[in-house]
Amino acid sequence: MDVVNQLQRQFIDYSASLHREGFLDDQFTQLQKLQDDNSPDFVVEVASLFFEDCEKLINNMARALEQQQGVDFKQVDASVHQLKGSSSSIGAMRVKDVCIAFRSFCEAQNREGCLRCLQQVTHEYSLLKNKLQTLFRLQQQILAAGGSIPVVE
Amino acid sequence: MAVELGDEPHVLAVDDNLIDRKLVERLLKNSSCKVTTAENALRALDYLGLGNDTLEGTVSEVNMIITDYCMPGMTGYELLKKIKESSVLKEVPVVIMSSENIPTRISQCLEEGAKMFMLKPLKQSDVKQLKWHLMKCRN
Repeated sequence: MDVVNQLQRQFIDYSASLHREGFLDDQFTQLQKLQDDNSPDFVVEVASLFFEDCEKLINNMARALEQQQGVDFKQVDASVHQLKGSSSSIGAMRVKDVCIAFRSFCEAQNREGCLRCLQQVTHEYSLLKNKLQTLFRLQQQILAAGGSIPVVE
Repeated sequence: MAVELGDEPHVLAVDDNLIDRKLVERLLKNSSCKVTTAENALRALDYLGLGNDTLEGTVSEVNMIITDYCMPGMTGYELLKKIKESSVLKEVPVVIMSSENIPTRISQCLEEGAKMFMLKPLKQSDVKQLKWHLMKCRN
């Protein structure tokens, strides 16, 4: 029981730090609440889909911005719009915030601004991926030790 | 405890974003709804029996349609219009979702006959409200 309490404490503290640092917002908590015995892996599944989607969209954006003959900003914006939607739905606040700025640069047809945002969004996505993998690892450890996952408000 | 499948509303959820589809599906299932998802308006129309590619004998009954507004090809608004134009489907409540809070967009959808307009990202409380409206409609 002591081990479980320790792990749960770690999980709560880590979760709280991710919220405090803006990596996650309330929408992530909403997702965790949707997890139950019928869908015990819901959050991990959605997170995996999100990361796959991120990579695909970031590649699309990079390719579109590379075009020397002239960047199709509508195409870039379409990908950013998708990423903004996904990140908002999963609670990935920092990724979402970069997407908001990114869209403005697309609208202004500012290639330099877009490239900067692309760099930022790639960075934020990597950070988030690492952090969530750590969080999910803690979750697994708690479950393996026979405990239950605390829901952090 | 007997599960009365006949009482579970069948909802068709339309969204081009995979994560949003997964989320709305989970939210609806948690509210005891049967869910079918479609990744764009054309697929939705096919499923509803209004499409060019509808297969004979595959039309399913849906009690509600929830659709994203911004979709490539046909938008949620255009889908709404097609549904309201259909003698078979015009009574089915349609809910529009959007990540953007644009008043003219909202009133346009409501004027065209949308039951509700919801802002994304959806939460459990939104879907509970939705289901309440739906059950009210049925009775």
